[in-house]
Amino acid sequence: MSAPAADSTATDPAYEQRLAAFVGTELQPPTPGPDPVNVPMIRHWVEAMELTNPVHLDADAARATGRADVVAPAAMVQAWVMRGYAATVRPTASAGRFQELVDLLAEGGYTSVVATDSDLEILRELVPGDRVSVEEVVEEIGPEKRTGLGVGRFVTTLKTYRDAEGEVVATQRWRTLRFRPQEKPAPAEPTAVRPRPAINRDNAFWFDAAREHRLVVQRCSDCGALRHPPGPMCPECRSLAWDTVTAGGEAVLYSWVVAHHPRHPAFESPYLVAVVELAEGTRLITNLVDLDAADLEVGMPLRLRWLDADPDLTLPVFGPADQED
Amino acid sequence: MSPTSGFSRQAAIAGIGATEFSKDSGRSEWRLACESVLAALADAQIGVEEVDGFALFTMETNPEIAVARALGIPELTFFSRIPHGGGGACAPVQQAALAVASGVADVVVVYRAFNERSGHRFGQGPPSFAYVHNTDQEYRNWINPYGLLTPAAQEAFLARRYMHKYGATSADFGAVSVLSRKYAASNPKAWFYQRPITIEDHQSSPMIADPMRLLDCCQESDGGQALVIVSAERARDLPHRPALISGAAQGVGPQQISMSSYYRDDIDAMPEVELVAQQLWRQAGLGPQEIDAAILYDAFTPMLLLQLEEYGFCERGEAKDLIASGALEIDGRLPVNTHGGQLGEAYIHGVNGIAEAVRLIRGTSVNQPAKSIDNVLVTGGSPVPHSALVLSADH
Ligand SMILES: [Zn+2]
Repeated sequence: MSAPAADSTATDPAYEQRLAAFVGTELQPPTPGPDPVNVPMIRHWVEAMELTNPVHLDADAARATGRADVVAPAAMVQAWVMRGYAATVRPTASAGRFQELVDLLAEGGYTSVVATDSDLEILRELVPGDRVSVEEVVEEIGPEKRTGLGVGRFVTTLKTYRDAEGEVVATQRWRTLRFRPQEKPAPAEPTAVRPRPAINRDNAFWFDAAREHRLVVQRCSDCGALRHPPGPMCPECRSLAWDTVTAGGEAVLYSWVVAHHPRHPAFESPYLVAVVELAEGTRLITNLVDLDAADLEVGMPLRLRWLDADPDLTLPVFGPADQED
Repeated sequence: MSPTSGFSRQAAIAGIGATEFSKDSGRSEWRLACESVLAALADAQIGVEEVDGFALFTMETNPEIAVARALGIPELTFFSRIPHGGGGACAPVQQAALAVASGVADVVVVYRAFNERSGHRFGQGPPSFAYVHNTDQEYRNWINPYGLLTPAAQEAFLARRYMHKYGATSADFGAVSVLSRKYAASNPKAWFYQRPITIEDHQSSPMIADPMRLLDCCQESDGGQALVIVSAERARDLPHRPALISGAAQGVGPQQISMSSYYRDDIDAMPEVELVAQQLWRQAGLGPQEIDAAILYDAFTPMLLLQLEEYGFCERGEAKDLIASGALEIDGRLPVNTHGGQLGEAYIHGVNGIAEAVRLIRGTSVNQPAKSIDNVLVTGGSPVPHSALVLSADH
């Protein structure tokens, strides 16, 4: 049994043909750079790139290596044919084969672009006075693939750099991914979990009971005083002995906040956080459910519910007293 | 009354210094600390190498040894840290005063420096390190899983009870915000310089932790503020009028939990604040009637009302009327937060407010009241656990 190819998607054959027609064609005819190779631009580059090799600016050092004079840094070959600042910030309306290819890719939905790699091969070093031109040919337009960025095609072009005599001084294989931006997944219900309690020897019993849907209150075994939140010792009589009572689930509202900000992915803002007073007498921080903020009143009766927030966390919450969970 | 405390008026704040207050300092917290300490020492005209003590928040991320190392301070004989964030804001000054008065150290520096806006914002919820299994952070187990995540939400429970009990309204809280922004509008160091607000602005600001609106909450800020504490005797020989530390107190109340003491009888009363007030009056030999101006910790506007009551400037439930009467204005009975507070100037965890109290004693606040200012109350956050100071002119 053969699995369908996971990394490509079928597309319209006519469209494929139109794309294929671009392969081997010239995107940019031979275009000379605006200035000859010159020392001032080499100096700017050397300083900006913090190059330390002296052969780019020191003629004696260059001659000591067997060169006739200073040579331009190899990576500058692209710089000599750049269209310049004004054309970059205020491009004129594009035309020609390059724009036709961009339009055709956009027709297929591949509206975004990211450069993936550039393979530069230098055939001869450039020296001041050289006049460089560049031409660009489409080498390959790949099949549609799924990538981390989205579905797209790798487009490979070959730039050929020549000197004034037409001799090739460098070639550059340039690969870009043209892709359809991934659609944002629909906002689902919060997937993040609520902040975890840090379980320790003093509080584990309470969270264990909660998982069994029992709301317990710590009770001093000696004097009977209830206490919450839990602690190791009774503040009334200093006894270390304790047990628990299970609360009946009746409470009244003591105070509340409608939490709007900050937004936490586990909560749907705004949400209600309350201080409730249990019938047993201790207070508890909790959430209110099935209640509107506008209907809340200090002292209103409430009834215990359970929220199984996630597999590891169960919390007591409170709803209207007149509804059973 | 006369002072009864051994350290009252024995030490003074002789220097104050700060960086600019911003939303993005563009530099490290360590550097902010160094810059502010240097500025405070320059203000006091005390040499860097003379510093022999530091008193800091435990929340301070720039340890005293790092700042001493960066500044080339050769030796420290006293270093102390106080927990509870803004609640403890005034306590490092108490530590410094105790150290100086007892001769343990001669020049103690207090600083607080952070990128609280461009770095970790307290208003965005607990940092990941808060979820630890020790007792220090245990209180979070009972609040965070329910989405009670920020100081604003934690204190909103108290505000709700206070409103319920005394009939205070959101607009009553808003009056604090409007006044702070009025003071800030004429303070060039304030983030909200020249940007006053109206009560309508407050009432239309979004809910953050209902009943608290955005404009009930202090700013989040980047910056550093430092204070230099020396003996009163030494301070008298320095260029500025000394701000004598006539009272300095800390307080923990019954069944105290960090900013979430929800299990006591009344959560709208603050016994830790009352405890601090009693100590201050006893130490300084003063009462609220002798306090000429106050810097009240205003992380959230409702706390300012509760503090006015706990410190005895009015009866319980009457703070809204005191504020409405104009008492907190520059020409009122008790000008409050003349720098614009943390609502208007910056949130430097209350330490910038201590510097403003020093300026009020010196007579150099940008909003200096016309009347004579002899005693200024400065408070930390509440209820948390609490701390406060009384700074006094030297007469
Ligand atoms: Zn007991």
